Amino acid sequence: MLLNSPQDQARVKRRRRKNQLFHFIFFVSTFFGVVALAILLLQILIQGFSWLDWQFLTSFSSRKPELSGIKVAMVGTIWMMSVTAPLTFIIGVSTAIYLEEYARDTWFSRLIQVNIANLAGVPSIVFGLLGLTVFVRLFGLGNSILAGALTMTLLVLPIIIVASQEAIRGVPMSLRHASFALGANRWQTIVRVVLPSSFPGILTGSILSMSRAIGETAPLIVVGAVAYIAFLPENLLSSFTVMPIQIYTWAGLPQKDFQNVAGAGIILLLIMLLSMNAIAIFLRNKYQKKH
Amino acid sequence: MSNIVTVENLDLYYGDFQALKKVNMSIQEKSITAFIGPSGCGKSTLLRTLNRMNDMIVGIRIDGQVIINETNIYDSAVNVELLRKNIGMVFQQPNPFPKSIYENVAYGPRIHGISNRSELDAIVEKSLKQSALWDEVKDYLKKSAYGLSGGQQQRLCIARALAVNPHVLLMDEPTSALDPISTLKIEELIQELKQQYTIIIVTHNMQQAARISHDTAFFLHGEVVEFADTEKLFSNPDDQRTEDYISGRFG
Repeated sequence: MLLNSPQDQARVKRRRRKNQLFHFIFFVSTFFGVVALAILLLQILIQGFSWLDWQFLTSFSSRKPELSGIKVAMVGTIWMMSVTAPLTFIIGVSTAIYLEEYARDTWFSRLIQVNIANLAGVPSIVFGLLGLTVFVRLFGLGNSILAGALTMTLLVLPIIIVASQEAIRGVPMSLRHASFALGANRWQTIVRVVLPSSFPGILTGSILSMSRAIGETAPLIVVGAVAYIAFLPENLLSSFTVMPIQIYTWAGLPQKDFQNVAGAGIILLLIMLLSMNAIAIFLRNKYQKKH
Repeated sequence: MSNIVTVENLDLYYGDFQALKKVNMSIQEKSITAFIGPSGCGKSTLLRTLNRMNDMIVGIRIDGQVIINETNIYDSAVNVELLRKNIGMVFQQPNPFPKSIYENVAYGPRIHGISNRSELDAIVEKSLKQSALWDEVKDYLKKSAYGLSGGQQQRLCIARALAVNPHVLLMDEPTSALDPISTLKIEELIQELKQQYTIIIVTHNMQQAARISHDTAFFLHGEVVEFADTEKLFSNPDDQRTEDYISGRFG
């Protein structure tokens, strides 16, 4: 047998060249995203880092850039999240449990399933309009934190439902059978077997949906979060603003220094988002190691 | 010896498919009964009928009676949770929970309302001793069950089933996922357990049935072809199909 006939060698070389070409294309694609992100981050850091100080964190918004701060927006975001987070978690996980553990495979449950998948893809501005119609006008909540938080809950529910469903589906059937065979009912099986095993996935989904909610702007503008506000919210029916809206407002102002203020706001928002994602990853790894 | 499980004229359908046809059987208390037969013959289906694990399958229909301890278990007054407490089950693949060894065994008692720590400790120790696992794990009770070998996991599953104090233990090919040495240990264990429990075991392994069981039922296409004393069934079967199967002519 001839191991290195000229034709074979030529063919092997051609295949290798092809491999190298694709290797290069994939590398460039990866590089493109990473570089774009790095440039963006760098620019924001240069612009905003020196503006990110204690004064910025503790001041109200002002007409003068050097006196402007993000306090109101940060407090607004915290208020909104403290309503959205528990609501989303309870409704989202309950829905996922119902669909995965209780619902029979009927046309009705399939309809719900398809709708949840579709809702995850609906543009956020549409949720804003829904919130405006239902919560602001119909329920008469006005341009309040509660209206904003409820709208945001609807927006991120599909994310947490889908993530929790996948986590629950990932629990092997054999574990449920073991539990049922010992005389456990469905609820006992869910609480003692299914949820502990799917907890890391559910947690990851929850935190990711929360970071989505923190960063959303459009629906809250529609619902009526105010761009400039000179006092802290007092209760759930107070008017409010949130960080992305404040950043958006600053970025639109004519004075050059406000771009830097906006940069400082973006850095703060990114820090919050990245730490939430880090917590999600940390918790997932921590609980996965247990099994 | 008296009969503990009696199956009378049992028909079982998955949708249009009839998986069990007019099954009649009486199973002796505190003995080992083996179900053998080729794949899809209905032996596992019958086993799962005895603790109503089939209830969860959509589109299943059951006619006839299964009487355990003088109660028809398909009677509407029967509480399926308590039935399953009385009829334990061990599955083909070892399926311990992702919990500690201790929590695996304590799972059943906890489900049924025992929360006293010393009571649980006693149950866990007794069950692990019964399943011949205690000496191997007594110093690692807080460790994850997933650290055990396959054979140890299966014995843990047996301990878990024994912890709720069942009368009958159903075993669905409990050794088919195990190596020969682990299989031998489980077989020895089963021999021990028959002193106290009625054991019904589905097996693909005819030698296993011949080695450990007192009675054997041969299933084919949803019918019980022959149900007899194990020694008789393997040495001198009445039915030609049984003869063909045990001599390896099909299946």
